[in-house]
Amino acid sequence: MKVLIIALVVLAVVVLAVGAWAVGIYNGLVGLEQNVNEKWAQVQNVYQRRADLIPNLVETVKGFAAQERTVLTQVIEARAKASSIQLTPEALNDPKAMERFQAAQSQLSGALSRLLVTVERYPELKSNQNFLALQSQLEGTENRIAVERRRFNEAVREYNTRLNLFPGTIVARLAGFRPKAFFEAAPDAATPPKVKF
Amino acid sequence: MNDYAQLLPADAHRRLETRLAEREQATGAQMVLAIFPSLEGESLEDFSIRLAQQWRVGQKGLDNGVILLLFVQDRRVRLEVGYGLEPVITDAVAAQIIRESIAPRFREQRYAAGLEAAVEAVYARIETRGVPPAPRHALGVSPWTLGLLAIFGVIGLMLAREASGGRARRHGYTAGGRRGWDSPSVIVPPMFGGWGGGRGGGGDSGGFTSGGGSFGGGGASGDW
Repeated sequence: MKVLIIALVVLAVVVLAVGAWAVGIYNGLVGLEQNVNEKWAQVQNVYQRRADLIPNLVETVKGFAAQERTVLTQVIEARAKASSIQLTPEALNDPKAMERFQAAQSQLSGALSRLLVTVERYPELKSNQNFLALQSQLEGTENRIAVERRRFNEAVREYNTRLNLFPGTIVARLAGFRPKAFFEAAPDAATPPKVKF
Repeated sequence: MNDYAQLLPADAHRRLETRLAEREQATGAQMVLAIFPSLEGESLEDFSIRLAQQWRVGQKGLDNGVILLLFVQDRRVRLEVGYGLEPVITDAVAAQIIRESIAPRFREQRYAAGLEAAVEAVYARIETRGVPPAPRHALGVSPWTLGLLAIFGVIGLMLAREASGGRARRHGYTAGGRRGWDSPSVIVPPMFGGWGGGRGGGGDSGGFTSGGGSFGGGGASGDW
């Protein structure tokens, strides 16, 4: 009977140890996932910040260059499209959703840089105080986007690495954790668009 | 104040250092000047944000730090603003400080005067607008974690109980008989995770105490 008791004791200890280990893996991933979600919220924040600057920018440019209707319309449309795509934390597991978000944002980046090239032809606009302020805010926001995007990717890398480490990955997959998509820089957005006037 | 390029004469260096210390005492906001000889081909913004994250200027939680970086050979300057000061020194204000306080004086090689003007402009802004308490991003453990912990805990306890209880009944052991292994049945699971990691890094870098302020790329770049 003593053997049976010892066997039971060993079994209980093993079950507890495995349970504690699994909880550890789980908690680690929950923490890392939360970190990814937070960083993502920051990414969306800075994109929102950019979107918020645009109406003012468009109005200011209109005041000096109302005839540049095509470029202005493109910016407004791209902004509307980009603002309509928001990713919830759950959507971060879906590379397709991430692609759509990125495509919309890089379209807006493209429209914005076309607008800023157009502005070159209007020296009066370029020396307008209001425009100068908007320009620096836009530059600052592009820089923030680059910063937050990098931090998000770092968080995703950390999470994905932990998720794929054997043997923890068994627990993680059973608990429903999935790898998350990186925010790939679009080929033309490898460096944040430099706004030069 | 870190002059790696030896741009300033010793007395100007001392004067600026005293001024920075005074203003930091008065407002709590911390400003650091960093003068480098050259960017060596690196991107100004990348370099700047990395330096900011490494030095962690400003108080932790308030994120009220400002770094002014100069690259002498490249004639480039960047004012990097901590999260907490972003509403006070907006990107537009930072660009204006570079355009109006720094660039004109630097073009006349009056580096110390330009830096003094920049320090005055930054602190004048902070004094008139005050330092708002920085909004903290909420960090917390999800109810899920707690729930799962509780479930595992209960399962663990039940297993332990089951093992000892069952045997006790069959063999007539008393509950207290095997305290050695069945009482410490609550194992604290190892908690590792991403919360708060890396935020606390303090330390001393080149003549100032870093307080743990965070930066998110706010500020402005310019040249002269």
